[in-house]
Amino acid sequence: MPFGNTHNNFKLNFKVEEEYPDLTKHNNHMAKVLTKEMYAKLRDKQTPTGFTVDDVIQTGVDNPGHPFIMTVGCVAGDEESYEVFKDLFDPIISDRHGGYKPTDKHKTDLNFENLKGGDDLDPNYVLSSRVRTGRSIKGYALPPHNSRGERRAVEKLSVEALNSLDGEFKGKYYPLKAMTDAEQEQLIADHFLFDKPVSPLLLAAGMARDWPDARGIWHNENKTFLVWVNEEDHLRVISMQKGGNMKEVFKRFCVGLNKIEEVFKKHNHGFMWNEHLGYVLTCPSNLGTGLRGGVHVKLPKLSTHAKFEEILTRLRLQKRGTGGVDTASVGGVFDISNADRIGSSEVDQVQCVVDGVKLMVEMEKKLEKGEAIDSMIPAQK
Amino acid sequence: MLNKSYLKEVFQSSMLKDVMQPNIMFVQCHLLSGEVFILYCVTIISKNYSNIIETLNFKRATHYNGPYTVLQSVRQFQQPIQAQKAGLDGKQVGKETLPPPFTVSILSDGPRSQRSLSSLRSLSDCGNNMASSFSRILSSKRNVGILSLVGAGSLTVGLLLNREQHVSAGAPVRRVYPASAEYPDLRKHNNCMASHLTPAVYAKLCDKATPNGYTLDQAIQTGVDNPGHPFIKTVGMVAGDEESYEVFADIFDPVIVERHNGYDPRTMKHPTDLDASKIRSGQFDEKYVLSSRVRTGRSIRGLSLPPACTRAERREVERVVVNALGGLQGDLSGKYYSLTDMSEKDQQQLIDDHFLFDKPVSPLLTCAGMARDWPDARGIWHNNEKTFLVWINEEDHTRVISMEKGGNMKRVFERFCRGLQEVERLIQEKGWEFMWNENLGYILTCPSNLGTGLRAGVHINLPRLSKDARFAKILDNLRLQKRGTGGVDTAAVGSTFDISNLDRLGQSEVHLVQTLIDGVNFLIECEKRLEKGQDIKIPAPISQFK
Repeated sequence: MPFGNTHNNFKLNFKVEEEYPDLTKHNNHMAKVLTKEMYAKLRDKQTPTGFTVDDVIQTGVDNPGHPFIMTVGCVAGDEESYEVFKDLFDPIISDRHGGYKPTDKHKTDLNFENLKGGDDLDPNYVLSSRVRTGRSIKGYALPPHNSRGERRAVEKLSVEALNSLDGEFKGKYYPLKAMTDAEQEQLIADHFLFDKPVSPLLLAAGMARDWPDARGIWHNENKTFLVWVNEEDHLRVISMQKGGNMKEVFKRFCVGLNKIEEVFKKHNHGFMWNEHLGYVLTCPSNLGTGLRGGVHVKLPKLSTHAKFEEILTRLRLQKRGTGGVDTASVGGVFDISNADRIGSSEVDQVQCVVDGVKLMVEMEKKLEKGEAIDSMIPAQK
Repeated sequence: MLNKSYLKEVFQSSMLKDVMQPNIMFVQCHLLSGEVFILYCVTIISKNYSNIIETLNFKRATHYNGPYTVLQSVRQFQQPIQAQKAGLDGKQVGKETLPPPFTVSILSDGPRSQRSLSSLRSLSDCGNNMASSFSRILSSKRNVGILSLVGAGSLTVGLLLNREQHVSAGAPVRRVYPASAEYPDLRKHNNCMASHLTPAVYAKLCDKATPNGYTLDQAIQTGVDNPGHPFIKTVGMVAGDEESYEVFADIFDPVIVERHNGYDPRTMKHPTDLDASKIRSGQFDEKYVLSSRVRTGRSIRGLSLPPACTRAERREVERVVVNALGGLQGDLSGKYYSLTDMSEKDQQQLIDDHFLFDKPVSPLLTCAGMARDWPDARGIWHNNEKTFLVWINEEDHTRVISMEKGGNMKRVFERFCRGLQEVERLIQEKGWEFMWNENLGYILTCPSNLGTGLRAGVHINLPRLSKDARFAKILDNLRLQKRGTGGVDTAAVGSTFDISNLDRLGQSEVHLVQTLIDGVNFLIECEKRLEKGQDIKIPAPISQFK
């Protein structure tokens, strides 16, 4: 249950003007869209689990803006949030996802064989490859809103599903609250361990409540397939390895996900999905595929080129520091990943990464030789 | 359906000649659907009883959530009402200006305040006569499903006598899993909440909510999220509103007993005394004492506390308090600086004066939801002399601070009491009051601040005493605590310490400040003796409760 928002009916005793948040200094998607009239219309509604519009927007009210990126400023508390508050979510989704309309349909494609190439990225530049997504378990409230009992139920079901995997996916679960020091050291060394969120974007949405209860990490013995339980979403699924063989990473990703989904479906708790929004996750920015496929790539020359940002935009890619979101790059090494999430399939998005990174590595090589790259700059995809 | 014309009909058809003066009419309607509505109107009796009863501002209140709902709705009648007084025979005998519905404020008070009960009686006298006639008439109107109709007086009496009823009128808590599945894992925790929240207590309270909808899970969230503090055993829970302390008494009471060293709110009474003239020897040797300060908090009755308040409530707190502070005069007159529209220049000045408070970063506070909507409705008020300061909507509705350089603690406390009493008078003029009851004293967000909420202290230089091995024991026996000069969670710089009273609840303000004064004087004596090479003695421990 989200804290501090008391029972919604009590708030209705106050006039709209008195309750409407002051968004004059705000710069996030929610603040751009939430007018007083919209707030008045939505404030007496709630989802079947009791999530209200104030719960949806709290993180955006508490965090006026982000220095690097335009944040979303709202979250869903359950699957129905996107329906009950569609007046608010639809324009935000459209704004965030390049004009995605309420009537658009999203294509899901987890058939790894449809990916072309991707196994030949130069490992001298591409240090590691990774694909992640999230999944929400149908029938449970999402991290901003779930109670301890629900979170524990998600953990129990997830661990059962994961422990049933075999072959290259055979692995073990490490609950955060029962981890030994030795296990913790190892997980840190492997760069697997996730910590209690410190970003105010997540804290203000209530996702860190009851930490570390029912949170944990599962990974296979090969350390190439990793699942986070109850961090920012019910599940975050990650496939990764050193080097540039994105094809292999994506194959493992698709196969693993499909296997896990089978188990959940057997328990009548499949993943949250619909044909308009694709996979339903906590943050509207992760709707659709929820997929971020990317590489850590050395681009010291290209990253200082005047047209770097433009090239990324045209390739439908984004850059981050090697610590993930909200970090800066170290030593010219960038995290380059797909910018889109919805409106194109998993295969499409990973294809963008594969093709785009290949091109950028060639540009980097050219710049090393002192040659110009203007002719290589692509048209907008 | 219940609408204006129907109610008018009801009023007209009743035997209103019993009503001798204009009144505020409350109609509590229980519909068969289970919903409860409060209807109210201010009536003025027209010169002719058989004619139309003029109702001034008839309004349908929304879902009944306790007396505060009604209180807030009626608050809109702030202006005096022109009324026509009628004699027994219905003839107009004159005009009268009624005060704003002041008597309505008693609805917000608990059953223990003597002040309210007397005004309640006068209201109930005129109300009781109406009740029986109304219920007779309305019970025949079965199609609307009204089960009972209560007039103003009996409604208020009913609320006060039957506090359990309105306290349990909170919305049902969403419960999908049994209490055992929801019980938090507190095995690695070390705070007062964790020490006392057994699975049995949790199961008993987890389905309850205060009239505003505040739940146990919300109250304990900060303690669940923050297992322990390196220096002190934290409380681990907060109140979302005044009723929290009652609805969740089964957990708050033992926490209070532990935190306040044995004070039991179930059996003991807390004395309040803000008479600064009783203070003796309140001037310290300024060779040692660098500054003196007294702080406390106050909450505005009828509005939820910072962990639970809505934006509208928080803004209302700001309005009420800033309004009252605007009425302060003389050495207390000053200015308000809202955090949302502070100029750069003002901000710098407030930082230089060490007055500016920032968005809380301590997870103890953020996990309790106190930083929501920052900086909306937050601000700082201080007098022109910069010796009296009020923080609005930080960790409590208000934090009131009196301070000055040097060692004149008596003057600091005198100004503190005077300022507090003035503010209280000013808010009462507008129909508001502070949250207070005779067992818990002044009600604040954190149970550690109940009672007086008072921390009186000095910044004092004790180079020799602070290095003496007996220092901690001396402080302990004097019922004092030391902190660094940055406040709680800081270390001392050099040999300058912040020394303040340890206790908050069970002793009055005067008593605590006197204890601090006597204690600090003793410490200074010790320091002087050590300077001369003389030995010092550990004082006998002071008894805690009178």
